[in-house]
Amino acid sequence: MVDLTVDLKNGLKLKNPVMTASGTFGYGEEYEDFFDISRLGGIIVKGTTGSHREGNPYPRMAETPHGMLNAVGLQNKGVDYFAREIYPRIKDYNTNLLVNVSGSTVEEYEDVARKINELENIPGIELNISCPNVKEGGMAFGTSCPSAVSVINAVRKVYDNHIMVKLSPNVTNVAEIASAVEGEGADSVSLINTLLGMAIDAESRRPLLSTITGGLSGPAVKPVALRMVWQVSQAVKIPVVGLGGIMTATDAIEFMLAGASAVQIGTANFIDPLVSVKVIKGIEDYCERHSVNSVTELTGGMITD
Amino acid sequence: MKKYIDDFTVVENRRLNDEYVILTLQLDRELPEILPGQFAEVRVDNAPNTFLRRPISIHDVNLKKRQIKLLVQEIGEGTRTMGSLQKGDKLNLVYPLGNSFSDPDTKEVLLVGGGCGVAPLLYLGRKLKENGITPKFLLGARDRDGLISLDEYEKVGEVNVTTEDGSLGTKGFVIHHPLMRTGNPGYDHIFTCGPEPMMKVVAKYAEKHGIKCEVSLENRMACGIGACLCCVTDTKDGHVCTCTDGPVFDSTYLKW
Repeated sequence: MVDLTVDLKNGLKLKNPVMTASGTFGYGEEYEDFFDISRLGGIIVKGTTGSHREGNPYPRMAETPHGMLNAVGLQNKGVDYFAREIYPRIKDYNTNLLVNVSGSTVEEYEDVARKINELENIPGIELNISCPNVKEGGMAFGTSCPSAVSVINAVRKVYDNHIMVKLSPNVTNVAEIASAVEGEGADSVSLINTLLGMAIDAESRRPLLSTITGGLSGPAVKPVALRMVWQVSQAVKIPVVGLGGIMTATDAIEFMLAGASAVQIGTANFIDPLVSVKVIKGIEDYCERHSVNSVTELTGGMITD
Repeated sequence: MKKYIDDFTVVENRRLNDEYVILTLQLDRELPEILPGQFAEVRVDNAPNTFLRRPISIHDVNLKKRQIKLLVQEIGEGTRTMGSLQKGDKLNLVYPLGNSFSDPDTKEVLLVGGGCGVAPLLYLGRKLKENGITPKFLLGARDRDGLISLDEYEKVGEVNVTTEDGSLGTKGFVIHHPLMRTGNPGYDHIFTCGPEPMMKVVAKYAEKHGIKCEVSLENRMACGIGACLCCVTDTKDGHVCTCTDGPVFDSTYLKW
């Protein structure tokens, strides 16, 4: 019997290392018809801001080779609506619900975090300092050390539970940003958010996204994500959560071998709504096959000699 | 409505012309209820450049035979791969998705379809007929080859056609058909699906004459179940998902 549990510390204990990534799994309810979502290690719910946001105009999605671009732009009804309308519906799911928190200003991050802090069944937040699809805030905070530090520092003061910081791959040195947020009291880091990209329709000569550029996800970004997870895990002591193009259990295991303590599954949910439970089963099978007693043994288990 | 993921078996691939095929798919158990206007997200295997599922509307349903039909217009690699499926091949569907066309308050209805947008109108017409309503169809295409399976529509209701080149029916677009020009058209509810410019003029005509009009949108989608928020359309309530709040909308609700 393989022990699949992972303790990310500060109140975030996962029954298995598989979570679903923000913006790809709604609030969990959307997937309830397909499987028992309490089987998941965690669900990171949709990016939540201080007030209602309409997001970017349509079209906001373009399919690309082995992936997709999106430019949703944090459409959500705001933290108060979440706390009032959505939280009561989902709070009794027997899994870890983390709220992805975003904002245009440090004050907005602080405000949302403070309100989420009041919700008893939310063991943590994922601070999104890496959204590439908003004009203000988002990725702007996650691409320089001083601004990343300012967000984490402010939120740490008002938020007691687990803070996972979602990092942007659109930087020169991701390990440097990871070390900076670790220094401000982040409990873990998750990476990567989407890679900035674009697509053009040659016939019409028009961009495929209303915003021209958007965030690339899917298997196309996996090698980049894997490299960054490895670099970050060398640089920080806090747990690293790996994501970026995971479609199978083997992909997830590769992220763990590179240094991730847990993983998130994102875009793959669109192609196979059952993918996360298949990945959990696949990790368990792998551990049995390799006589691994605890899944935590996989973390950083890449052999280089 | 509960959503399902199932492997269907292709029992027939009927090629209509260079562009269109009708796939008949069978399930090995009873089908769930499927409403007219709903769609399926189809996973396309063996198409290396097709990453996402393809949203395809349900063309017809036969509960007794446990079969559904999909009308597929071959546009890119994904739909071409679907078009080349053989009897016995499997196709994985997430379904039934989206809302549906409403039950009309009147017996006088017009179903306006253009191009591949005629697909959901066959099943809608069949359901209306079961409820004692004989629908009028107005179907438009570029030329007579683009008007598919007219005999199937004729079994369900009165069929009127337009072609841009005049090769069949009235020459021009659907809006040029006499049915859309008379002051007293003989219907007070329009259901329409097709290219957006066509639906816009149909909706404008309907609004001008005080006729209720429901349109079915086909925005670019990723998940199909309301999780990714990619397929939004702008409405009186702001951005809503075409996949879950639609694909069918009252035309006056949309800001387009």
